[in-house]
Amino acid sequence: MTAPKTVLVLVEHEGGAVKDATLAAVTAAARLGAVHALVAGDPGETGAVAEAMARVAGVEKVLVAADPAYAHGLAENVAPLAAQAMADYDAFVAPATTTGKNIAPRVAALLDVMQLSEVIGIEGASDGGRTFIRPIYAGNAIATVESADAKLVLTVRGTAFDKAAAEGGAAPVEAIAGPGDAGLSRFVGLDATKSERPELTGAGIVVSGGRALKDAATFEALIVPLADKLGAAVGASRAAVDAGYISNDYQVGQTGKIVAPGLYLAIGISGAIQHLAGMKDSKLIVAINKDPDAPIFQVADIGLVADLFQAVPELTGKL
Amino acid sequence: MKILVPVKRVIDYNVRPRVKADGSGVDLANVKMSMNPFDEIAVEEAIRLKEKGKASEIVAVSIGPAKAAETLRTALAMGADRAILVETEEAVEPLGVAKLLKAICDEEQPGLVVMGKQAIDDDSNQTGQMLAALTGRPQGTFASKVELEADTVTVTREVDGGLETVQLTLPAIVTTDLRLNEPRYASLPNIMKARSKPLATRAPADYGVDVTPRLKVISVAEPPVRQAGIKVGSVDELVAKLKTLGVVA
Repeated sequence: MTAPKTVLVLVEHEGGAVKDATLAAVTAAARLGAVHALVAGDPGETGAVAEAMARVAGVEKVLVAADPAYAHGLAENVAPLAAQAMADYDAFVAPATTTGKNIAPRVAALLDVMQLSEVIGIEGASDGGRTFIRPIYAGNAIATVESADAKLVLTVRGTAFDKAAAEGGAAPVEAIAGPGDAGLSRFVGLDATKSERPELTGAGIVVSGGRALKDAATFEALIVPLADKLGAAVGASRAAVDAGYISNDYQVGQTGKIVAPGLYLAIGISGAIQHLAGMKDSKLIVAINKDPDAPIFQVADIGLVADLFQAVPELTGKL
Repeated sequence: MKILVPVKRVIDYNVRPRVKADGSGVDLANVKMSMNPFDEIAVEEAIRLKEKGKASEIVAVSIGPAKAAETLRTALAMGADRAILVETEEAVEPLGVAKLLKAICDEEQPGLVVMGKQAIDDDSNQTGQMLAALTGRPQGTFASKVELEADTVTVTREVDGGLETVQLTLPAIVTTDLRLNEPRYASLPNIMKARSKPLATRAPADYGVDVTPRLKVISVAEPPVRQAGIKVGSVDELVAKLKTLGVVA
């Protein structure tokens, strides 16, 4: 029998709302022990976020650090706060988003812990929950690793764990104070991608375009109407992003976003391993490509060998 | 200002990794190795800063086997001024690498460290952030734009929601994302010249750093194979299939 463990989850939030990736992190954390949530942010936003986290099923306590220094998730300020709070915890879990990836390793180093990145599975509790599964080499290999550290720090991939129910909990909220502003960094601004469509990583359907779309105007003219028809998020391959068809935050793949929607439509995407690493856990993959030998067809559930310039408008019209 | 650029020798970007039959790891025997692509971008960025007169010296560092000297020669051929190899045949985890780099930063006192956001072998994405924590310096991770001034560096970061800009007090750590720049190829004369640039070889023990791994790899396996499905002959057939499966209305 090992002592009951408590786990601190870093809450990612924006505009007073909890981001979905946090809910998947709660599910992963619950596999390790009792879940407490850490809300760090501007006093204008933390109240609503803490209330929302207190209602999340499985969350047993919410710690709130309200200080302008914690706005925008500056790692220089948030990491020392989290490391200080970790005195009372056995593990720190953050979503493997750009926010979590920025902060968690800084927390790990402050605790002298080797982080486990992008965890996709947690082995049975027989070993006290220290064995984890994570992809390496862009998902071309899956490693099972065991940690020897006294405390654990991990980032978890949102698509690998179900989201905890947003309602059902009634956790107490406790205010904490941290070291505040380290005076090392300053938030200047965020050039946010504005979109009426669902967020890429949480969408039920994703329509992605590749280099075969020719240019930005064609990408817009073919991919966007199909996505709108399906209520889908828009994605892109690295080749399409590098060619300037669409901005980088739409990139799906090893170095972009990892998605696992119910339906993934890959249009004019050849299927480089770096792209497959970002979407191969989708439930249903449909590929439209002119080249019958494109590697995308090796992972597609339904393939259509066709000229996308004809097939895509036809598909949009018939759906 | 001195810029430190850590680089890692990894399996080449274009090589498909093969898992060893005994499940102990990925087979690296007789496989083409290269500089981690994100680190190439870091080297390029440092050179551009020097060309603009914002940096005076570029020191490339690698922690790895004797053959990592080749990776450092590549950095020197691209334009780095000198190199340090911390030689070890054992695999060193990001935390151990960060500790060694911290010791090197103490010695070299760089104004800026530029390094890849992740290595394409273990995909950890940790070392830069850990080095920033250990040195108590700010971090500009996933950079797509770097503007270096006398006392600060302004970094545009590729984040999930768009592009975020932060201003950091120097010294600082910057980790590179793919779109920061297009790395140059080293010219033949520069490759020749790189052979005579200084390359110092050290050992982890020289820095008094314990690099014993904290993580034990139990096994490495092939990912589950996704079976290819069916091909349809027309858009009509595709629409019908999607409706049958109930994924579209």
